[in-house]
Amino acid sequence: MENILEVKELKKTFYKNKIPFEAVKSVSFQMKKGQCMGIVGESGCGKSTTAKIITHLTVPDGGSVLLNGRETLSLKGKSLRKLYGEVQMVFQTPQDSFDPRCTLGDGIMEGMRNRGMKKRKAKERMYELLDMVELDGGFASRYPHEVSGGQCQRAAIARALAPNPQLIICDEATSALDVTVQAQIVELLKKLQKEQGLSLILISHDLALVQNLCDHAAVMYKGSVVEQGAADEVIRNPKETYTQMLVDSVFGWESPGRRQPFIYGGVCPAGCGTA
Amino acid sequence: MEEKITVREQKIVKNRTKYKMMVFGGLAVFVILMAALAPYLTPYDPYEQDLSIALQPPGGSHLLGTDRYGRDMLSRVIIGSQTTIFSALFLVAAVTCVGGAVGIICGYHGGKLDSFLMRVSDIFLAFPGMVFAIAVASVMNGGVMNAAVALACISWPKYARITRSQVMMIKNMPYIAAAKLSGSGTWKMIGKHVVPNIAGPVVVTAVLDIGTMIMEIAGLSFLGLGAAPPTAEWGSMMSNGRSMLQTSPWVILAPGCAIFLTVVIFNLAGDTVRDVLDPRE
Ligand SMILES: Nc1ncnc2c1ncn2[C@@H]1O[C@H](COP(=O)(O)OP(=O)(O)OP(=O)(O)O)[C@@H](O)[C@H]1O
Ligand SMILES: [Mg+2]
Repeated sequence: MENILEVKELKKTFYKNKIPFEAVKSVSFQMKKGQCMGIVGESGCGKSTTAKIITHLTVPDGGSVLLNGRETLSLKGKSLRKLYGEVQMVFQTPQDSFDPRCTLGDGIMEGMRNRGMKKRKAKERMYELLDMVELDGGFASRYPHEVSGGQCQRAAIARALAPNPQLIICDEATSALDVTVQAQIVELLKKLQKEQGLSLILISHDLALVQNLCDHAAVMYKGSVVEQGAADEVIRNPKETYTQMLVDSVFGWESPGRRQPFIYGGVCPAGCGTA
Repeated sequence: MEEKITVREQKIVKNRTKYKMMVFGGLAVFVILMAALAPYLTPYDPYEQDLSIALQPPGGSHLLGTDRYGRDMLSRVIIGSQTTIFSALFLVAAVTCVGGAVGIICGYHGGKLDSFLMRVSDIFLAFPGMVFAIAVASVMNGGVMNAAVALACISWPKYARITRSQVMMIKNMPYIAAAKLSGSGTWKMIGKHVVPNIAGPVVVTAVLDIGTMIMEIAGLSFLGLGAAPPTAEWGSMMSNGRSMLQTSPWVILAPGCAIFLTVVIFNLAGDTVRDVLDPRE
C-alpha cells in the first residue's frame, strides 16, 4: 500500500517577546492509505501545531509534507484550494469552529460554494452530508449556539467530509464532549472511515481511544516524535521511557519496577524524549 | 420556580432594551430627519435680516426670539442642525471606514505593515487632539469641511486601534481556520467572517462618538475655525452671541440647548445600541 502522507523533519519555533520556543522540533511519520493514525502526547507537546502545519494554517520553519507523494508546503492559490479538497480538519472546540453569525448549513456549504458548486446542488449535498453524520435536516438552519457540542461536532465532521477528502485530521475532536457523546462521535468516525475509505489522523489525549481505533500510533514529547509503530504494540508494549510513563499515568499499571509518578504537567526525568 | 423568575427577568430586561431602542433610536432618527428636511421646516428665512426686529426676546411670532440682525433664531437653529449634524455624521462615517480599514489590515495581516501603521497612528495619538485640530483647521483656513478633516485626522487612530484589537481577538478562532480550510479567500474571509464579528464594538464606539463630534465641530466653529459667518452653525451662532449673553441670553441659549439636546440624544442612542448588540453587560 502506498503512503498517503509523509511528514519529514517538521520544525516550528514560536517567538514570544523575542524568546524562541521550539513547539515542533523534529516530527517525522508516514501513514498508509485508509489507515487510522493516532498522535498522542501531553498538552503543549506540539500536536496541534503539527496538524496546523499539515493543513497550511501554520507555516513551518523547515521540513516537508508529502501528500500522495507530492510536496504540499509550497502550494499557493488555486493548488492550495485543491489541497483543501484532499485534507480537512475537525477542531477541538465544536462551537468555536462555526462562525457564530452563520448557520451550520452555511458553514457546511461554504467550501462547496467556494469550489464553484451551484447553490441548489450544494444544498442537496449539504442535506446528504447531514444525513451521513446522522443529523436531522433541520439543523442546517440552526446557529452554532443553538445546538449541543456533540451535534455541532457532527456538523463539523459533515463540513470536513464535504469535498470528499482523502485525509481528515481530528484535533482532539472528542475531548470537549462528554463520555457518551464521545463514544457516538468515535463510532461515527469509525463508520465513515470504513464507508468512505478515509484516512484519519486522530490527535488525542485518550490512549484507550487510540489503542481501540487506530492502526498506527506516534507518541510525541516536547516537539518530537519519540516512538511510533502499530498502535496496539506501542501502547501495550512501550519501548521508550516517556511512552511507558504516559501509559502508566493513564492506565495506572502496577508492573513492578516500572511504576512512575503521574506525568501530566510534571517534569520528565532524564532519559526520556531521546529517541 | 427559580428558572421562571430568571426567564421573566430576562424578558423584562429585553423589553426595556426594546423600549429604550424605540425611544432613543426614534429621537435620533427624528433629529436626523429634522436636519435633512430643515429647509422646509423653518418658519422664516434664516438668513433674512430685518434690523427693526433685532434682538426680540422669545415669544410672539418669533418663538425663540431674534438675533442682532433680526434673523429668526428658531429658523437659524433648525437650519444650523443641517451643518452641524451632517458634518458630524459624515465625519464619524469617514473616520470609522478609514480607521476600521487600517485596523483590519493591521490585525489581519500583522507583521511589518502592522507595526508601521500602528507607529503612524501612535504619532497622531501623541498629539493633544483639540490642539492639533485647531492647528490643522487654521492652516486650512476654516470652513466646516476643513474642520471635519482636521477632526478626522485626530480621530481615525482610535478606530484603527479598536478594530485591530477586535480582529486580533477573533483571528485565531477555529472558525477562521475552518473558513480557510473551506477555501475562502482573503476578501471573503474579511467580508463574511471578520467584519460581521467585529462590527458590534466599532459601531457602538461610532454612535457614541457622534455626540462628541458634534461638540467638537461646534467647538471649532465657536473658535472661528469652522463654519464661516453667514452660515448658520450652532457653534458659530453661540460664538457670535457671546457678547450678548447678559442682555439677550436667548441668542446663545438657543443653539446651546440644541447642541446639548442633540448630544444627549445621540449618546443615549449609542448606549442603547450597545445594549442591543452586547446584551451581556
Ligand atoms: N501561535 C502561537 N504563538 C506562540 N506560541 C504558540 C502558538 N501556538 C502554539 N504555541 C505554543 O506551542 C506549544 C505547542 O502547542 P500545541 O497547540 O501544538 O500543543 P498541543 O500538543 O496541541 O497541546 P494540547 O494537547 O493542549 O492541545 C505550546 O507550548 C504553545 O504555547
Ligand atoms: Mg492541541
